Amino acid sequence: MDAPVPVRAPLSLHVPEPPQRPGSEIDFSTLAVPPAGTARRPDTDCPAADMTDLAYDLVRVLDDQGHAVGPWDPALSPDTLMRGLRSMMMVRAYDERMQRAQRQGKTSFYMKCTGEEAIAVAQAMAVDRGDMLFPTYRQQGLLIARDWPLVNMMCQVFSNAGDRLKGRQMPVFYSSKEAGFFSISGNLGTQYSQAVGWAMASAIKGDTRIAAAWIGEGATAEGDFHHALTFASVYRAPVILNLVNNHWAISSFHGIAGGERTTFAARGLGYGIPSLRVDGNDFLAVFAATRWAAARARANLGPTLIELFTYRAAAHSTSDDPAKYRPENAGAHWPLGDPIDRLRQHLIALGIWSEARQEDLAREVAEVVQAAGKEAESHGTLDKGPFQSARTMFEDVYKTMPWHLERQRQQAGV
Amino acid sequence: MATMTMVQALNAAMDVMLTRSGDVVVLGEDVGYFGGVFRCTDGLQRKHGRSRVFDTPITEAGIMGIAVGMAAYGLRPVAEMQFADYIYPACDQLISEAARLRYRSGGEFTAPVTVRAPYGGGIFGGQTHSQSPEAIFTHVAGLKTVIPSTPYDAKGLLISAIEDDDPVMFFEPKRLYNGPFEGYHDRPVVPWAKHPASAVPDGHYAIPLGKAATVRSGTAVTILAYGTMVHVALAAARDAQVDADIIDLRTLVPVDIEAIETSVRKTGRCVIVHEATRTGGFGSELSALVQEHCFHHLEAPIERVTGWDTPYPHAFEWEYFPGPARIAEALRRVMEE
Ligand SMILES: Cc1ncc(C[n+]2csc(CCOP(=O)(O)OP(=O)(O)O)c2C)c(N)n1
Repeated sequence: MDAPVPVRAPLSLHVPEPPQRPGSEIDFSTLAVPPAGTARRPDTDCPAADMTDLAYDLVRVLDDQGHAVGPWDPALSPDTLMRGLRSMMMVRAYDERMQRAQRQGKTSFYMKCTGEEAIAVAQAMAVDRGDMLFPTYRQQGLLIARDWPLVNMMCQVFSNAGDRLKGRQMPVFYSSKEAGFFSISGNLGTQYSQAVGWAMASAIKGDTRIAAAWIGEGATAEGDFHHALTFASVYRAPVILNLVNNHWAISSFHGIAGGERTTFAARGLGYGIPSLRVDGNDFLAVFAATRWAAARARANLGPTLIELFTYRAAAHSTSDDPAKYRPENAGAHWPLGDPIDRLRQHLIALGIWSEARQEDLAREVAEVVQAAGKEAESHGTLDKGPFQSARTMFEDVYKTMPWHLERQRQQAGV
Repeated sequence: MATMTMVQALNAAMDVMLTRSGDVVVLGEDVGYFGGVFRCTDGLQRKHGRSRVFDTPITEAGIMGIAVGMAAYGLRPVAEMQFADYIYPACDQLISEAARLRYRSGGEFTAPVTVRAPYGGGIFGGQTHSQSPEAIFTHVAGLKTVIPSTPYDAKGLLISAIEDDDPVMFFEPKRLYNGPFEGYHDRPVVPWAKHPASAVPDGHYAIPLGKAATVRSGTAVTILAYGTMVHVALAAARDAQVDADIIDLRTLVPVDIEAIETSVRKTGRCVIVHEATRTGGFGSELSALVQEHCFHHLEAPIERVTGWDTPYPHAFEWEYFPGPARIAEALRRVMEE
């Protein structure tokens, strides 16, 4: 006699787990990477409903030999390409120097963007200098590509006497209105709806400037992401909504943010927002997609969501040890390569670059960063100072200092 | 009995409760495989399984709403907010929903959720990793608020919080996570294991919510403190050579009014210490309570030593932090009266 079939099987919970953990072989073989040049390029006025495929495809321009192929090739001038390469190398050298400074106790904390340099650099170059950027802590490349002085950034990391944020913010939480770089918050996702608000304001005032925002795939679970998409869609806000999928949110892989079920770009479709999925390690593809989205926004055609598909090669921050939750050195095996190597290879394939010139550039960049580091340290470091007066702690809380703060400042003896 | 850091004690409390009851679940950002950014949930997923201890998407509002739903089913969720600074997105679910579910449903639905959150400064966290938001939650009817100051208390209070039938805000002083704080910021941190007082019993024990502890008996002045500030108050009393009666409140709501009243009636003087900003801080409530209950016994005005009414700075955190010197000064002032 057959065993009785239970009428109701017990329910069970699915908790996503990454395919590999520490100790296992690194294996990216299940990742579907379409060949470069195959994704179609719709006109910038294409309705969102007619380009839903691009939320699941992957826009790639650089092939494995470093050739630019397909309809998304932005056909940039050698000069622009070289500037891009230099800025990306500057970002990497800057990160290394600041990480070392943290290890030496000169600052409390640092966050690198290793492997993600193409995103901030190409995107900064693809929008106008007057456009307002609403970054996360991993887009230091925006400031560097906009030629914001390294010394200035370093002084903020050191909280020293030259820190324009007066020792208030954690390291890497830069802010520069002049550079069109919105003040970074430690609270994930809040910049996203703010960027849409800025863009709506620009439209209300009949301005020509647009906004761009960045968010990590992990933080897309925050309410602000969804509020931003709703407003951007409803009011057709002139904004580029960038979503950096670097596969890890501290120890949580992208599956915990919903990445097992669909792409992050597809999040835009339900809101009727045109959505592109782009190889984030391909300088040309990132540049082209951003230009496309900017043209759309400037033509009053509204927002674009761009998922930048990449991999966080380094630790989340100096407080993190990725070897505790993923195979060691996983980033080095990322099938989409390294953004700097790929652009260098492209320049060499074009015949306008050589290994020797690359070495010269690396040396030059290292020297620039070293000199900036020395100068920044001459203004002080977190372990030794000098700092600005602790009196500044009481300033800027309100426009004018109320009586109770004035009294507290006196009590503090500063 | 083992000697433990506060992180280990909190871990032990969750372990005990996960083992005792299949209704207890632990959820939060990075709490699963990795064991939390402060390592408080280390090893719990391995031991209790992925449907009992799991990572969540990064959405505090979501975590809180999901925890309310789980509690409505009958579970006892322990939800971690990675930093107390990030509770604000969860506030609607917490303040409008969890706190009032029992009241609005005539007692039919309840939300016995424990919300764990590291709070406070002293780790160079700047304005988004250093806040002490406890007063906001003490203002909300329906929530209980608990803050331990030692590993022993941390374990016993967390067990009580999980067993409690109401939503409990459980703020963990991250300055004390890995070793006691001698009260002085310029001296090295001694591990808890070197302090006999930090011995933590194995297994289950509970410290009742709403009961304060006297951490130093004295007759000259009452110091009311909680969390990290208990240790700073001890240092200040030593420095000022004042025979202080130091009360560690342990629970802010419901607060142990009897302990406060007994002490202030005995000493006639009261200094209140907290790390949070001053205006509208929990010190204001304590000050009002002392005034209401002990007015005729007071020999000096009540003093408050608190953080300044500014956001928490990065470089100047020790100028912000109410250190022993500032408390000692207040002690001398009230003793002069
Ligand atoms: C509201 C809020 N919740 C939690 C945190 C703690 N936290 C800081 S970074 C981080 C992970 C973010 O991951 P992701 O959005 O993918 O960006 P990535 O770091 O990968 O660039 C978390 C959980 C925070 N800063 N803010």
